Amino acid sequence: MRPKVRAYKRPDKISDYPSTPAFESGHLVSKNAGWRTFKPVVDPEKCVGCLRCYLVCPDGVISRTEDNKVEIDYDFCKGCGICAHECKLDAITMKKEADEDE
Amino acid sequence: MTRMSNYNIRPKDLTDQEFFYGHKACAGCGATIAVRLALKVLGERTFSVLPANCMSAVSFIYPQMAFATNAMIAPFPATGAMLSGVAAGAKALGLKDFQTVGFAGDGGTADIGFQALSGAIDRGDDILYICYDNEAYMNTGIQKSGLTPYGTKTTTSPAGENLPGSVKHKKNMFEIVAAHGIAYAATASIGYPNDFLRKLNKAKSVRGPVYLHILASCPTGWGSKTELSVELAKDAVDSGLWYLAEYENDEFKLNVNPKEFASVENYLSKQGRFKHLKEEDINVIIEHRDKKWEKMRKTWL
Repeated sequence: MRPKVRAYKRPDKISDYPSTPAFESGHLVSKNAGWRTFKPVVDPEKCVGCLRCYLVCPDGVISRTEDNKVEIDYDFCKGCGICAHECKLDAITMKKEADEDE
Repeated sequence: MTRMSNYNIRPKDLTDQEFFYGHKACAGCGATIAVRLALKVLGERTFSVLPANCMSAVSFIYPQMAFATNAMIAPFPATGAMLSGVAAGAKALGLKDFQTVGFAGDGGTADIGFQALSGAIDRGDDILYICYDNEAYMNTGIQKSGLTPYGTKTTTSPAGENLPGSVKHKKNMFEIVAAHGIAYAATASIGYPNDFLRKLNKAKSVRGPVYLHILASCPTGWGSKTELSVELAKDAVDSGLWYLAEYENDEFKLNVNPKEFASVENYLSKQGRFKHLKEEDINVIIEHRDKKWEKMRKTWL
């Protein structure tokens, strides 16, 4: 469960801005997907659901699925590669983003 | 160990909710792992206080707000004071079942925020102070802090013919905090996430001030590959350059006591900030480590 990305409406007049230096928590307006050159791909055959990658993901983009595997939210993955490096079973591989288009 | 293992949390028991999401930290940032796991254990009813550091710079970017819990930015030296204030304010409002946590960097803890931290511990306020230690002022461009280890190349401790980088060892922050007679203090590393989860869970149940000091790697400042962040934090513990310990009831306890240390050279060589070190500099590091461990093994086991 993660906060949803919402469209940001540019304020037209001064009263549209927050009245104090406070703002709604968990308010996301942009994604981080464009940061990535390599993307982690999970092999569900090899994954045993140890959740090591889930623990050490800096962005929290790895989540559990109902069948005790993991899935990745590519909207916010920055492609750091920690999950693939830490996976003891090599169930995650880093694939170059551009390769998919070829 | 049996007494303390009661606080163990299995990864599958953690909440599915993400309270630190969509932040703009560098890929492979170690500190974000610490903050994310901490909030997962502490839960939704948490007030976070962050001084000027990377974690506030990457999450409070109007109109984006990466914290899904209450969070606010404190003046650089005021994390401890603001934590006390938040705890007092919540108490005055009659709030129940809430946590107050501060996330400060190593500079914001050992140098700039030190007096406020000391004051908060002295007052005995019910707060949790987490120092994520990436061993320099990373947010402002890698300047040396009180927790920068010997031989580190930073912009204010350049390495050259005459100097090996930083010429001072790390401040003994954990022992300084423990010397206040704090309710509970512990060190951790993002390389040992399960140990960190246990200490967080324990910290949650302790009434009074709690201090957690977690080693968190920084690929940008350490000059390391992004995928090595967690491995490096683990290597630091395995090679004896960092330690996992706890302080409670006037007693220190060493959690991990390696029979044989992993290679220090291996740990140092993976990082750009140590690339310049000569053999004699590495010997200084090893000598300092051995002295420290001799003392810890004598009295902390």
